[in-house]
Amino acid sequence: MSALPDFQLLRPTTAADAVAMRAANAASRYIAGGTDLLPNIRRGLAEPDVVIDLCGIAELTHIELDGDTLRIGAGTTLAAIAGDATIRARFTALAEAAEAVAGPTHRAAATLGGNLCLDTRCVYYNQSEYWRESNKYCMKLKGEGCRVAKKSKRCYAAFSGDVAPALIALAAELEILGPNGSRRVAIADFYRDDGMAWLTLAPDELLVGVHVPLHDGWTTAYEKVRVRGAIDFPLAGVAVALKRKGNALEALRIACTGVSSRPLLVEGLGELAGKPLDAAALAAITAQTEIAASAMRTTVVDMLYRRGVAPVLARRLTERLWNAAA
Amino acid sequence: MKRILGLWINGRWREEAVAENALLLDYLRDGLGLTGTKQGCDGGECGACTVLIDDQPRLACSTLAHSMAGRRVETVEGLATEGNISRLQRAFHEKLGTQCGFCTPGMIMAAEGLLRQNPHPERDEIRSALAGNLCRCTGYVKIIESVEAAAGASA
Repeated sequence: MSALPDFQLLRPTTAADAVAMRAANAASRYIAGGTDLLPNIRRGLAEPDVVIDLCGIAELTHIELDGDTLRIGAGTTLAAIAGDATIRARFTALAEAAEAVAGPTHRAAATLGGNLCLDTRCVYYNQSEYWRESNKYCMKLKGEGCRVAKKSKRCYAAFSGDVAPALIALAAELEILGPNGSRRVAIADFYRDDGMAWLTLAPDELLVGVHVPLHDGWTTAYEKVRVRGAIDFPLAGVAVALKRKGNALEALRIACTGVSSRPLLVEGLGELAGKPLDAAALAAITAQTEIAASAMRTTVVDMLYRRGVAPVLARRLTERLWNAAA
Repeated sequence: MKRILGLWINGRWREEAVAENALLLDYLRDGLGLTGTKQGCDGGECGACTVLIDDQPRLACSTLAHSMAGRRVETVEGLATEGNISRLQRAFHEKLGTQCGFCTPGMIMAAEGLLRQNPHPERDEIRSALAGNLCRCTGYVKIIESVEAAAGASA
């Protein structure tokens, strides 16, 4: 790895100060845990003149269940989320997703906001400067065209955060602070299917928190497939939230990550409501998840495996939750 | 540009001018001569640079030194007291938890973090706590036995 380039480091103590610093410095980047951004800067994937360190902002670090809404500050570490007894018991998919990120030393530093805003990944992008120069770069940085889909006008780098699908399955909302105040957005609308512009977050905005509605009566889970069990991004990850009433499926939400440029909700599951989870329902879940899982050749693992394994995860998790809720 | 950084290193408060873009790893090794903390993959994949920050194991290669202002950083050099290696270090020595030794400081600091939080871990808990640490010699069984021995000895 190369040494870090020179930059000025700013350490705000409030979210409002951070936003003001960002507005005043065009070539600046926010840093929180730094587990993804620092290696990326050292590979030349980002060249900020100013780095704004969010670690000193106490107001961004909290987990609180307020009535029927769980509020988590964007600066909360993944270790804190995975280790929180309330989240483990009542928002299980969120705890499982946080615990599935990288290794314990990463989770002690990495934050919720960092994982939700994680840069998209590709075998042609997450490489050294030397490697990328030798391959004449690509459209995501310094080059032209997509190496994965040669005739494509867009970038297919994959979103690989684990926490986002869990929060999509839990119908969370994100709180965003900008120069003109704060706004709330449904998490699914936070993302775009574009490897170069995967967030709808404006350059002068900061993700400050997450609001998750209580899902009592539901069961939820997250599972991912990866090359290295200990530390790795998902080849495919699936979150499921399910509500069972007697022998009928009252509600079902499935969300995927790692298989396109954004985390996304599997569509077309509404017609399963009110019916038992039988073979036909499982076949429909498989078919609908196959449509959502449009992985491209962005990892060292074959894209057909990733397209195939996501529906398997979805079916397996749904069956497990269905049986557990009996 | 350099700026004054104040933090606790192995129980001692330090204040000195440190470059704003310095990694904690470079500050420890090059600035303070604490070369027990190893530079392995240098990208957050091997755990050789694991140190304790406020008792939690973290990666010094993926941490800015200035982000640690005011916090307690501990390296493997801080474990021995009055020239005597700690119970955990002794267990690694006696149970052959060390082969070439390069991963050992990171393994010991990750295990130290676990034992402070959970003095009597199950084998699975040890495996989870060390999941981010690679041993190129593949001496994992002996490493886990070393941590178990240290946990047993403190019973």
